[in-house]
Amino acid sequence: MKSLWYLFSAYTIIWFLIWSYTMWIGRKQTHLFREIERLKTLLSKHDLSE
Amino acid sequence: MRYLKKVLAITVKDLLLEAHTKELTPAMLVFSLIVIVIFNFSFEPGMQNADIITPGILWIAFVFAGMLGFARSFAKEHEQESIRGLMLAPVDHSAIYLGKTLSNLVFLFCVEIISVLVFGIFFNINIFPIIPGLAVVLGLATPGFVAVGTLYAAMAANIRLREILLPVLLFPIIVPVLIAAVKITGSVFKGQPLSDVSGWLNLLVAYNGIFIVVGVLTFEYVIEE
Amino acid sequence: MKKIDIAVFVLGILTFLAISLSLYMAFIYTPLEKTMGAVQKIFYFHLPLAWIGFLAFFIVFLGGVLYLITGSIKWDNLAYSSAEIGVIFSTLVLVTGSIWAKRAWNTWWTWDPRLTTMLILWMIYVGYLMMRNAIDNVERRAKISAVIGIAGFVDVPIVFMAIRWWRTMHPLLITSKGMGLAPSMLTTLFVSLASFTLLYLYLLLIRVRLGLAVNTAEEIKIRLSDKL
Repeated sequence: MKSLWYLFSAYTIIWFLIWSYTMWIGRKQTHLFREIERLKTLLSKHDLSE
Repeated sequence: MRYLKKVLAITVKDLLLEAHTKELTPAMLVFSLIVIVIFNFSFEPGMQNADIITPGILWIAFVFAGMLGFARSFAKEHEQESIRGLMLAPVDHSAIYLGKTLSNLVFLFCVEIISVLVFGIFFNINIFPIIPGLAVVLGLATPGFVAVGTLYAAMAANIRLREILLPVLLFPIIVPVLIAAVKITGSVFKGQPLSDVSGWLNLLVAYNGIFIVVGVLTFEYVIEE
Repeated sequence: MKKIDIAVFVLGILTFLAISLSLYMAFIYTPLEKTMGAVQKIFYFHLPLAWIGFLAFFIVFLGGVLYLITGSIKWDNLAYSSAEIGVIFSTLVLVTGSIWAKRAWNTWWTWDPRLTTMLILWMIYVGYLMMRNAIDNVERRAKISAVIGIAGFVDVPIVFMAIRWWRTMHPLLITSKGMGLAPSMLTTLFVSLASFTLLYLYLLLIRVRLGLAVNTAEEIKIRLSDKL
């Protein structure tokens, strides 16, 4: 049934897009988390040296 | 009353400035005429769908000319730093908004009137019997467009890529005005009475009311030095 | 673990379960529709995507209003997160709608009032995201976003009415997607709607959490540069 191809492609696009977005957020979150830790240590080093 | 005086003071300042420098309106007018002429090249003479397309051409010309005008009117204030002076004045910032909207409206009206005359010549449409109808559609559709355009131009004034962003942001918002204006103009061109398009006229009135209120309430947050 | 992380975890599991259930119901539980066949099943996700898309833009509006009233950047963060998700959902509505239209009516696009309004809505919010990229100053960006979000949201009903009016004057070749809904279809639609609401909330939560982290990082950077 040709119909199934259309149905299949529609669903694939939906989940591909949503999944990619979720992954993107996840990656940025981990990256930022590390960045914040790094900045916090920098900040506390400065506080100690003052 | 004093508020109104301040609004008009800003409007008059812009009008006087334009009368001296003649920077803005000629450019808007030329732009509008260019659009009309270019569209003319896409049509065969005596084409079937001319009725439907010609109102559209007119309004696209006005929209482009208008956007040019709004963007320039704020760009000028920022370039000359007069925006600071305006903001320091002891008046609610919404007066700046209304003042600028009024002056932009006057400029666009001038451009529209001349464009319509030229349009009538190019497309061989007899303007004079339909002047009342045209006056109504110009008078109702332009204020809403200018109100929204002035607000958005103030937003775009200081941003990167403002030449691209102003059209991108503005077009979707003015879709109702465009549709209504084109519908009414088309009907006027065909010589139909205005009562035929009363629904569209009402839509324009509603749009104007809503967006002038939105503009007055939010301009405060949008303007900056 | 912070409260927000717990909420994300729980919501994530719930969403996953709900989506799985609606997938099952859409594909297996509901019968094949008579005229359109299998492609009609796009409906079970197309419609919820559209409704939740509107919800997302309402949250953008709300976030903008609350930011202008309170001045707290957290509302701007909420609005921005919702706008991003809203654009994704609207894109999906347009794409799935287009695929469905091609199969069912042999055209990629129809100037149907609902689809056209969705297109305009999409343009408004893509513009919103573009504009945010063009401003670096946090407060100015938040203020302008709020105004665009408010103006955009107010505009959408007017756009819909204008287009619908326009369309009724030119009879449509393709009538609107009226279908008789069997009870199983209706149930599946509701389950799907609920699961997409959960999905929206989940995505919103993780996006907001990301936004808060971005703001925190910025703040620390500012404090660091003050000290140096």
